[in-house]
Amino acid sequence: MVAAPLSPQQISAATATVAAWEALASSPLPSRRQEDWRFTDASRLAAIEPHCWTGPDPFAGLVLPPGVSRLPADEAAALWQPLLLETGCDQHWPVRLNAGAEPARLALRIEADASPLASAALTAELDAAASRQLLAAQILLVLDPGASFELGLRLGAAARSACSVVVGAVLAEQASLTLALVASGHGDAALLAHLPVLQAPGSRLALSTVSSGWSFSRIEPRVLQQQGAAHTRLRGLQWVGEDQLADTHSLVRFDGPDGVLDQLHKSVADGNGRSVFNGAVQVPRAAQRTDAAQLSRSLLLGDRARIDTKPELEIVADDVRCAHGATVSQLQSEELFYLQSRGIARAQASRLLLAGYCQEVLRELPAAAAAWKPVERELQGA
Amino acid sequence: MIRPYAPVLLEIRDLHAAVDGQPILKGVNLTIRGGEIHAVMGRNGSGKSTLSKVLAGHPAYSVTAGSVQYQGEDLLALEPEQRARAGLFLGFQYPVEIPGVSNLEFLRVATNGRRAQRGEEELDTFAFEDLVRERLALVQMDPAFLDRSVNEGFSGGEKKRNEILQMALLEPLVAILDETDSGLDIDALRIVAAGVNHLAGPDNATLLITHYQRLLDLIKPDYVHVMAAGRILRSGAADLALELERTGYDWVDQELARLGLAEQPALAEVP
Repeated sequence: MVAAPLSPQQISAATATVAAWEALASSPLPSRRQEDWRFTDASRLAAIEPHCWTGPDPFAGLVLPPGVSRLPADEAAALWQPLLLETGCDQHWPVRLNAGAEPARLALRIEADASPLASAALTAELDAAASRQLLAAQILLVLDPGASFELGLRLGAAARSACSVVVGAVLAEQASLTLALVASGHGDAALLAHLPVLQAPGSRLALSTVSSGWSFSRIEPRVLQQQGAAHTRLRGLQWVGEDQLADTHSLVRFDGPDGVLDQLHKSVADGNGRSVFNGAVQVPRAAQRTDAAQLSRSLLLGDRARIDTKPELEIVADDVRCAHGATVSQLQSEELFYLQSRGIARAQASRLLLAGYCQEVLRELPAAAAAWKPVERELQGA
Repeated sequence: MIRPYAPVLLEIRDLHAAVDGQPILKGVNLTIRGGEIHAVMGRNGSGKSTLSKVLAGHPAYSVTAGSVQYQGEDLLALEPEQRARAGLFLGFQYPVEIPGVSNLEFLRVATNGRRAQRGEEELDTFAFEDLVRERLALVQMDPAFLDRSVNEGFSGGEKKRNEILQMALLEPLVAILDETDSGLDIDALRIVAAGVNHLAGPDNATLLITHYQRLLDLIKPDYVHVMAAGRILRSGAADLALELERTGYDWVDQELARLGLAEQPALAEVP
């Protein structure tokens, strides 16, 4: 995070901070020797002292819509560990950290909607602000067969504060979940988010994540179609500028036939920013007739910005359609000239093109999440 | 409409321009007055499209000699957006698709930029919608196109109509239409030509770049110019285009040989 060499005093302070993070996770900080963390330097967390949250319970006063109820703690606990195990993230460092950081908990059961016209919707905001604390939260959504739910989650932090969330969901047959995570950080703030989801056949997941402004962020959607035959739609947008690092590591696994994945991940990297995307798609022998498409598109705005993007397809089944692609480009000069030739100044033309670029992901956000105006600060400053 | 004493809008003098160090324009001279319609014809690679892009300020083209005066000012000193706001319009041969940018928003920002330049007040969303719907009728365009991204997924004809819609909103003083007729069927061509004719008035001027007489049957030019080897080789009245239609361009080679000039090997057309 700091380019200049550290003084011995700074080094010892950083060592103490790292030790504090490791104590909370009961596990050493991920190292860049681990393949999953190759491009992502978790030691950046040393800039933040991880004091556990002492502020109000972020879920107090949440008004639940009809058909949505709180799940008793023992039922939630019984579902939580298998969810982490099955999606293969129970031992992940951010998940361990979350468990050790006294997370606020919210567990909801969503019944099949009495009214078929509208799905139940809820928004929640977790903002560590400039508290210099680590706000941790666990959210579990259990959707009954045929249930439909929409959750918008805003995450924020500033000035050496951090957010750690694990948002898990278990979708029964024919259930439908729209989950939007809008994460806007400021200054030296860090975000760690895991999103494990189990999908039964016939279920539909639409998961959108938008992150910007974090000094360090790591987002890991992990979706398991337990018997295939489900529909997974992933949309991601991350924007890095200055000296920021944003990393999205997604995993989608099909443990049965006829599953569908439609994934689009977009990055914008400016300044000294660094964007990392790793998209794993696992199609074992049982997953015949899987139809998976993954596209990673990155926009490199600065000379010193950096993009690492990698699809990671493991395909064993032979009767499948798995498309993937990755593009890295700059703003198109012909597009800029076209706008300029209509009297739009170059700076405004760039902003319009950038807004258009982000729009492909933003337009899929539920209205409540779009109202948080994700990446607006970045677009105005571009 | 030729009025010898109408004010000069555009005066091109001995214009030389290059792309990637390769000279394309080699001394273009052209004077355009208010009310006039000019047609520029010529083979592929003769420099027609380059002329239009240089006038609009495309950054890939560098002017190596000559001058262009626009309403008495140095056009080449202006940024592309300043030229547009001052009333110069380029209708693109290949209009650019811009995903994610709403056509309506794009048209509004562009229109307000031009209005501000003319000292008119900017239009808010509602006032602009009224204006754009009125102008849509001119090109018989479906209002549904306003809600789509700029040119994205538009057919060739729809893109060209969108160009003329932009022209109708920006009300330029000098409109350069680069092969606006290419890729249009007969009906679309009639609509586009009717739009251009409607917008042509005594105070503005139009420069048509085209290969075909069929456009000039619908938009009657006052002057026809034939470009070859990066310059205007011959100028005449509307009947010059008819003559070209009959005789083709073979005479161009003889003329160039007589002048001791050779045509550059045609560059690949750059969209």
